[in-house]
Amino acid sequence: MGQAKETKSGAVMVVGGGVAGVQAALDLTELGYYVYLVEKSAAIGGAMAQLDKTFPTNDCSL
Amino acid sequence: MEAGRSPNIEILSNADLLALDGKPGNFTAKLRLRPRYIDAEKCTACGLCTRYCPRHLVDQYNEGLAVTRPIHIDYPQAVPATYFIDPKSCLHLQHGTCQICVPVCRSKAIDFSQQPEEKELKIGAVVMAPGFGRIGNDTLAKYSYGKHADVLTSLEFERLLCASGPFEGEVKCLTDHRHPKKIAFIQCVGSRDLGCDNGYCSSVCCMYAIKEALVAKEHDPEVEITIYYMDMRTQGKDFDAARTKAEAKGIRFVRARVADVMPWHKQLKLTYSLLDGTHHFEGFDMVVLSVGLDAPADARHLANIAGFELNNYDFCRTETFAPLLTTKPGVFVAGAFQGPKDIPESVTQSSAAAGIAAALIKKDRNKGYVVKSYPKERELAKDEEVRIGVFVCHCGINIGSVVDVPLVEQYTEGMEGVVYHAQSLYSCSQDAQEVIKQKIKEHNLNRIVVAACSPRTHEPLFQETLKDAGLNRCLFEMVNIRDQCSWVHANEPAAATAKSKDLVRMGIAKARHIQPLPEQTVPVINRALVLGGGIAGMTAALNLAEQGFHTTIVEKGEGLGGHLQHLSYTLRGDNVVQQLKEVSDQVEKHKRIEVMTNTELAEISGFVGNFSSRLVIKKGKSAKESTLDHGVIIIATGGREHRPEKVLGNEIKYSARIVTQSELEKRLAGKAKDRAPASTVMIQCAGSRGDDLAYCSKVCCNHAVKNALKIKELDPAAQVVVLYRDMRTYGYAEDAYREAREKGVVFIPYGMEAKPKISGSGKSLKVTFHDPILREEVTMTPELLALSVGIVPEGTEEMSKLLKIPVNQDKFYLEAHVKLRPVELPVAGVYVCGLAHSPKPVDEIVVQAQAAAAKAAIPLVKGCVTVEPTVSSVDKELCIGCGLCESLCPYQAIKVAKDESGKRKAETITASCKGCGICASHCPVFAISMGGFTDEQISAQIKAFGETSDKE
Repeated sequence: MGQAKETKSGAVMVVGGGVAGVQAALDLTELGYYVYLVEKSAAIGGAMAQLDKTFPTNDCSL
Repeated sequence: MEAGRSPNIEILSNADLLALDGKPGNFTAKLRLRPRYIDAEKCTACGLCTRYCPRHLVDQYNEGLAVTRPIHIDYPQAVPATYFIDPKSCLHLQHGTCQICVPVCRSKAIDFSQQPEEKELKIGAVVMAPGFGRIGNDTLAKYSYGKHADVLTSLEFERLLCASGPFEGEVKCLTDHRHPKKIAFIQCVGSRDLGCDNGYCSSVCCMYAIKEALVAKEHDPEVEITIYYMDMRTQGKDFDAARTKAEAKGIRFVRARVADVMPWHKQLKLTYSLLDGTHHFEGFDMVVLSVGLDAPADARHLANIAGFELNNYDFCRTETFAPLLTTKPGVFVAGAFQGPKDIPESVTQSSAAAGIAAALIKKDRNKGYVVKSYPKERELAKDEEVRIGVFVCHCGINIGSVVDVPLVEQYTEGMEGVVYHAQSLYSCSQDAQEVIKQKIKEHNLNRIVVAACSPRTHEPLFQETLKDAGLNRCLFEMVNIRDQCSWVHANEPAAATAKSKDLVRMGIAKARHIQPLPEQTVPVINRALVLGGGIAGMTAALNLAEQGFHTTIVEKGEGLGGHLQHLSYTLRGDNVVQQLKEVSDQVEKHKRIEVMTNTELAEISGFVGNFSSRLVIKKGKSAKESTLDHGVIIIATGGREHRPEKVLGNEIKYSARIVTQSELEKRLAGKAKDRAPASTVMIQCAGSRGDDLAYCSKVCCNHAVKNALKIKELDPAAQVVVLYRDMRTYGYAEDAYREAREKGVVFIPYGMEAKPKISGSGKSLKVTFHDPILREEVTMTPELLALSVGIVPEGTEEMSKLLKIPVNQDKFYLEAHVKLRPVELPVAGVYVCGLAHSPKPVDEIVVQAQAAAAKAAIPLVKGCVTVEPTVSSVDKELCIGCGLCESLCPYQAIKVAKDESGKRKAETITASCKGCGICASHCPVFAISMGGFTDEQISAQIKAFGETSDKE
């Protein structure tokens, strides 16, 4: 894990660690930015982590 | 999972946003981090603490259907993989007693002294993705939810179906644990319901109900499932096909309104009314409520802190042509908070929001970026002893409930080369990666075999772990004992176990021969090519240019604008003409965008980072050619209105009285006094959904409602009848559908067994249809017949040949992964957006175009691309230069050229090679070998298959 520098420039905050937040965070890092992913619960994943399979391909959601 | 491994993502969980100040490019956020009471650095996620914790706690992750303990982790693959203590239920934190967990924890990770911390972040932009909230219990109580345990929400039912759920994937009634024989799904609970102030359609429930019904049917083929619905809104790409499949599997769909659900003997009695007004009732063992998506509970709180506005449903307020901008500059939105939506659309929005945020703070790019470093790769010595580590995965019960995992693991004991073997519950979890790394060091392993799920989804993860441990990532072999054993042989555990042993033995045999392969990087040309100058192409080009990349738009028509030029206004009342002009002006003025009109792509060669395109520019009768080198390509070639000659079995002659919805829109937007017809019949799915086109065109229902409302606006006395199959006014469009009904537009459903009949033309035009309320045939003589004809893609077949990119059966481009890579195509460096991907309304097109631009920017930002190491290589000594490989390669990745001595020899263009193996399998002299799949490796695997597995 990267060391948190409080005054990092070129950083973006993503609020919400569900599939939308995680995807935004991943893409932002690929585009060259540091991301703070802020999630109110204890783990990221959001509602998608509760799903068994996904429509219509029935792929595992984790 | 991937997010947990990135050095550039700092996960702040258990965190609340307290304040956000500043301006775009320079915000300060204040957070409060609530304590976990467990030291994340020390916790090994072993689970001992949960076992010893004496208190029960309702498990929220399992929707309250199971119990856990105050000290727990939601699920084994959770990120961060650290346990936490729920302070509201912990005996120590509430009453100062207990502390049993403290001595139990072997790594001394429990720390009750932790206090909430405040943290300040300096950031340039914010993406709001708080998701969605839950429908209130009072709405569910109408259906006896909370009063009867066998009335479940769809999310609870999802947990029942899941292997990690309360009954380990078995569907049981909660009252007496019997297997339900009859299950009912009730759609639109908390959606399309003004009773709970949710006038909108949640857009996902129809899909997940079908999914859950199909999975339940897989669990128990005997179970009878009925879905009670108003309209089945399966408008997404390939979604209708899933509905048809569900019908074929015996799932019953009933268009009805459910009045109530009451206990009835051992069952539940469901009372419903059909379209013709008759009432019925039926008994079920279980009732599943397809609950909608509410606005997140903290929506107002977030809006206040960050200073943006919400819409009337408490979701984020946005505009059609800027769907991801909140009203606060620098704060963007993505996912369900922008409006209820499914996973692919959330993922698309997220990429798009990332791209917009990146454009905003492009001057700070790479300033805060941490480059992930790997330990130096250990070089294998020549003739180094093969030391294989084998890891067999239970995948919870996904594999473990069928395959005897301990037996398979033991089976590898003593096999040649195997020096270590182990099993794990979830080998993909973060702590399992740590174990693998540790064992590589401990036992000096130099080949790793993982027997688990599919390499398609998980191989990159394990390869990354190998890199982290200083091994070349190709020293890895994955055996798929889930798909190929526990899934397909679910009912034959012994055979599945035997097959797993065979596959593992073969995997190990191959692993003995695998060699490290070098990873190559190639530079990227700093320019993007966008094909198509419609709204999709222009939006994509603008975003790329804003991010700082030179972009060329190639448009075959005379000007920019595309299909959107045929529209005048949107359902929400936006002025399309003006908006389109603003976008075109921006594009034309942008210094980093070059527009080439009357131009077509004639040929493309190269590979990601290094494409070269031959363009033909037409000028009157003459044409000239030019070549353009570019690093990436975005396909935004669009689509057009379909014009079927036959609609629902009726021959159609288009005229002033028989028109398409676009033609009607043009008429309504005109100046003629009598532009609103006195009577109009609209026919939905004219040519779509199995009539002429197989798919749903997604926009026609909105289009019909939009035109119907316009007619009513111009002439409130005008008569408008809409004949439909399912009104798919999903999302906020539901409001417009309701408004149309309130204003007197009549909506009448038709079935495929009684299609509307069209006869005559001109003044004798007649439409005959079955009215389910009157229960008889009705004939109308409307002034105008408007057909909702659907959308077809433009020129995808020719382009797909040119670009070697597959299209689906409906001729739309096939994305790399429907859920997780919705704008990427299978060929690296090629992206898709707009109508070329699938029919969709303009706000979704804008988002998709921004997402495609964000993805396309990734290689441009990096300046180089890493090529997959599994490519073919030619042994020049053996090659006879016959050229067979070159003629067969589907990716133009192998070429025959003369070498120094003037002999013809084949050579692989590594960056283009996809590793398909066609060249290697056809080479007559065995001169070509595939990295990771050499003849030697495959022969060893086949030989191992022949060795019997019954050594016991």
